[in-house]
Amino acid sequence: MIRINCPFCGERDHSEFTYGGDGTIDYPALDASIEDWHEAVFQRENIRGMQTETWHHVNGCRAWLLVERDTMTHEIRSVRAAHPGMAKVLEKAI
Amino acid sequence: MTRFSAWNVFVNGLTGQKGWARQWRDPEPKKKYDVVIVGGGLHGLATAYYLAKNHGIKNVAILEKGWLGGGNAGRNTTIVRSNYARPGNREFYEHSLRLWENLSHELNYNVMFSQRHHVALLHSPAAIDAAARNYNIFRLTGTPDAEIWDLEKLMGTIPHLNYGPNARFPIMGAAVQKRAGTARHDAVAWGYARGADSLGVDIIQNCEVTSVKRNKGKVVSLQTSRGVIEGNKIGFAVAGNTSRLWQMTGLGKLPIETHKLQAFVSEPLKPLLDHVVVFGIGGAHFYISQSDKGGMVFGGDLDWYKSYAQRGNLPIVQDVAEAAMSILPCLGRVRLLRHWSGVMDMSMDGSHFICKTPLDNLYLNAGWNYGGFKASPGSGWYFADLIANDRPDPVIENHDLKRFERGVNIDERGAGPDPKLHG
Repeated sequence: MIRINCPFCGERDHSEFTYGGDGTIDYPALDASIEDWHEAVFQRENIRGMQTETWHHVNGCRAWLLVERDTMTHEIRSVRAAHPGMAKVLEKAI
Repeated sequence: MTRFSAWNVFVNGLTGQKGWARQWRDPEPKKKYDVVIVGGGLHGLATAYYLAKNHGIKNVAILEKGWLGGGNAGRNTTIVRSNYARPGNREFYEHSLRLWENLSHELNYNVMFSQRHHVALLHSPAAIDAAARNYNIFRLTGTPDAEIWDLEKLMGTIPHLNYGPNARFPIMGAAVQKRAGTARHDAVAWGYARGADSLGVDIIQNCEVTSVKRNKGKVVSLQTSRGVIEGNKIGFAVAGNTSRLWQMTGLGKLPIETHKLQAFVSEPLKPLLDHVVVFGIGGAHFYISQSDKGGMVFGGDLDWYKSYAQRGNLPIVQDVAEAAMSILPCLGRVRLLRHWSGVMDMSMDGSHFICKTPLDNLYLNAGWNYGGFKASPGSGWYFADLIANDRPDPVIENHDLKRFERGVNIDERGAGPDPKLHG
């Protein structure tokens, strides 16, 4: 079991969450080229090592999180809210 | 190589089993080969075998970072079937199944291929209709053994499934492929290795590729843990770790994520289950067969997050155990003997890649999702054909890296571009 330290709920089992995917993808503008959309939707770096990824705390606070996790050892380096505004508020509170 | 035959078994039985040669050589790598295949799994071994057998290209090396049968060749549930419905996949898997049917004779090695039926349980009238549509496609495209069984036929054939009226998903029938079944995974690796070696292929184990040297549009050489090896043509067949090797070539991203899939084997039992049984509905996913040693071999879903770790998580163990209990409650007191996890290339549409690459002399075999074991003979066949002739056979012409740019998805489940959903 991976334990994820949700910034809203505290440390919980990963089975409370669903895995989203690569958290570093910059989705292009709606009218961007086919090539840009192909790159964002289909192409992956597929890192072995520390990667930033999205998790959804679906059986908790339902917030989307950005998690830095090692895809080989499953060690987690950081967890923060995916919404930049929310992440900023949380940082100030600490 | 000594051929296996009744006569040789008889003679060696009388002479202390001293007449058998080793199954394949352990050669030092040469400096240069016509073709270098990276990855000594089932796909790499089959590719080398068919390069030598079908195309007469015998100056071939297989580079394996570990030992034969130590990767995903030994981390699967050994199920073989061809009930795929999308164009391209249909012809590919049916061809692969036909190769399986003659594989023991072809290789002079008993791969213990057992055509014991693949029985996928159906739980609603809509599921029966959907299965009937797919199975009509199979029958119309050269797979004569697709059948839909009603409940009476199913209960008569496999009486000990949970047919209780209180089951969460009562069983209403089954979609059956009769020529599908299981094979002995180690024997497939060893059989192809022995066959390839006897045709002149060098199988080089403990040889990990650490970097790829390029000169503009070509691969020049591979730096390995056993020295520099050159090849006129290079083939990658390292599903699970394709992205890592790909990045060594400097070609960037791939439409692949690496996920891990667990499987399980129980203590050996007396004969209990004569078929491959599959249960999949409403979040449950479960497939089971009984090995020739008696162990119940079964598996379920991916671990649901990207991972290169060859070890599984416990929530999935529980999910799989629950699925087992819901269709075969008689397994409740059976103990698990072993459980393992393999890492697989999950692609964006759940289908594979056998294709040319942006580099002139580099060929890719990747993206096998859940389907790698059953595919291995066909995969080797078509990959060898691609490497030898430098053009894809029409069967695999859409199994290239550019298909998403063309708007072509070979998506059996209709799950969309999310690799973890293509289980």
